[in-house]
Amino acid sequence: MVAESHAAHLSQFMKDVMADTPGGQKVVHCLQCGSCGGSCPNGAEMDFTPRAVFAMIAADRREAVLKANTMWQCVSCYLCTVRCPQEIPITEIMYTLKRMAIREGKAGGSDAPALARTFTDFVDRYGRSFEFGIATRYLLFNKPLSMLKMGGAGMSMFAKGRLALTPTKIRQVKQLQAIINKAKELSKED
Amino acid sequence: MKYAYYPGCSLESGSAAYDKSVKAVIEQLGFGLDELDDWNCCGATEYFSQNELVATSVIARNLALVDDRHDQLVAPCAACFLNLKKTDKLLAEQPKIRGKVDQALAAGGLRYRPGRVQVRHLLDVLYTDIGEQAIKAKVVQPLTGLRVAPYYGCQIVRPLNGFDNPEYPMKLDEMFTWLGAEVVDYPVKAHCCGGHMTQISEENAFELIRRLLQSAADYRADLILCMCPMCQLNMDMYQGRVNNFFNTKFKLPIVYFTQMLGVALGIDMKKLGFGKELVAAEPVIRGKLEGQTAAATK
Ligand code: SF4
Ligand code: SF4
Ligand code: SF4
Ligand code: SF4
Repeated sequence: MVAESHAAHLSQFMKDVMADTPGGQKVVHCLQCGSCGGSCPNGAEMDFTPRAVFAMIAADRREAVLKANTMWQCVSCYLCTVRCPQEIPITEIMYTLKRMAIREGKAGGSDAPALARTFTDFVDRYGRSFEFGIATRYLLFNKPLSMLKMGGAGMSMFAKGRLALTPTKIRQVKQLQAIINKAKELSKED
Repeated sequence: MKYAYYPGCSLESGSAAYDKSVKAVIEQLGFGLDELDDWNCCGATEYFSQNELVATSVIARNLALVDDRHDQLVAPCAACFLNLKKTDKLLAEQPKIRGKVDQALAAGGLRYRPGRVQVRHLLDVLYTDIGEQAIKAKVVQPLTGLRVAPYYGCQIVRPLNGFDNPEYPMKLDEMFTWLGAEVVDYPVKAHCCGGHMTQISEENAFELIRRLLQSAADYRADLILCMCPMCQLNMDMYQGRVNNFFNTKFKLPIVYFTQMLGVALGIDMKKLGFGKELVAAEPVIRGKLEGQTAAATK
């Protein structure tokens, strides 16, 4: 009963975050203790710390949160998650916020979504990818000037055979694509 | 227990040294590790930022490809390890997601029952399953005199690993004491190297990398041991840029733990992929180990 009357007070934004995150129901238990922000290696670079983000989610400040750089500064190190006294899956919620920001067209300020797409495009086509080549390819097409900055290191990596230009292709790429397409289709439901 | 091996994309090119040294070490220890046939990329963190169901399905394909003869899936890369493990857990605990992933897999003619495969990080397998006695018995070149800084990073120890402390892990430390090395107990061994931050904001990334290098240098480490291609890439490839940026003079070789384990087992350095790193490791290692031998024969 208590839970139901509680639920009536939840902001729409909070309900959406909860629905989109496995284990996300726990977010209502946030104590605002600040352990997460204090632990975060990138806390200082974030527009709002994770703690502040949870307060803003409760206050339904959807626009401000989805436009913030917070989740794009998250590197999924899980330090906040293992320290949270309420066992809130903070890192997973950061992924949820990334997805929401992309879906709702609020992720304009970050290169990260384009980088992510470059990466997954490779996987969609070949079944394989590579961390270093992604950035290079992305920079090459989108920010050629910053490629120059990479200069020496990029070239040395190339010379040492550590920079492949295309990924290997798996044999059953069609099978993988069928799985991906089905998953995409199913994720449009509900 | 029979082990299938999931190398991950990084080990195919950017981190061939890891792949080579894993294979050499496993062979020397007389252990079987069968590469998973036709595995696909785990997607790193990139599908999770876009579509969770696709992320999970792409990873689940790999779990489904493990045949009946194997019950363990071993990953050397931090991100792959966490992704595979996280997906297995998600499928076991979230029936709604599992139902959809089942349908997606079925579109490719595959099935997977959560929990059928146990996902393990390579360190766990070497430490726990092969273990101290078997490894010690094969050491022919003790790493005496070499000061190593074990680096765990994030995703091997957090949040799910279940084999070591998430903030103060010790397994790699212990393994290198078996090998006779001087293990440096420095405070940042499970801090973050920034992952793909170098591509998002270089300055932030450089600062994260600098903290790691600084701490290892403060504790007079000869080299840093790592167990993830991304960590190696960040600390090795960007070390020069970090030096330029902060006006520092770090010159710390960043090597895979399997490379140094291989040296201790007496495997030729060429077979362990040395020379691919940008901050050269061989001179440092040879200098230390030969110095030791010379001192001993005196
Ligand atoms: S650590 Fe957990 S409880 Fe504390 S502020 Fe962060 S999310 Fe809330
Ligand atoms: S997982 Fe993300 S939000 Fe949490 S501490 Fe690490 S970088 Fe910060
Ligand atoms: S971690 Fe990176 S390289 Fe390794 S398989 Fe997963 S995505 Fe591909
Ligand atoms: S230490 Fe770096 S590469 Fe390794 S898991 Fe953390 S962020 Fe990823």
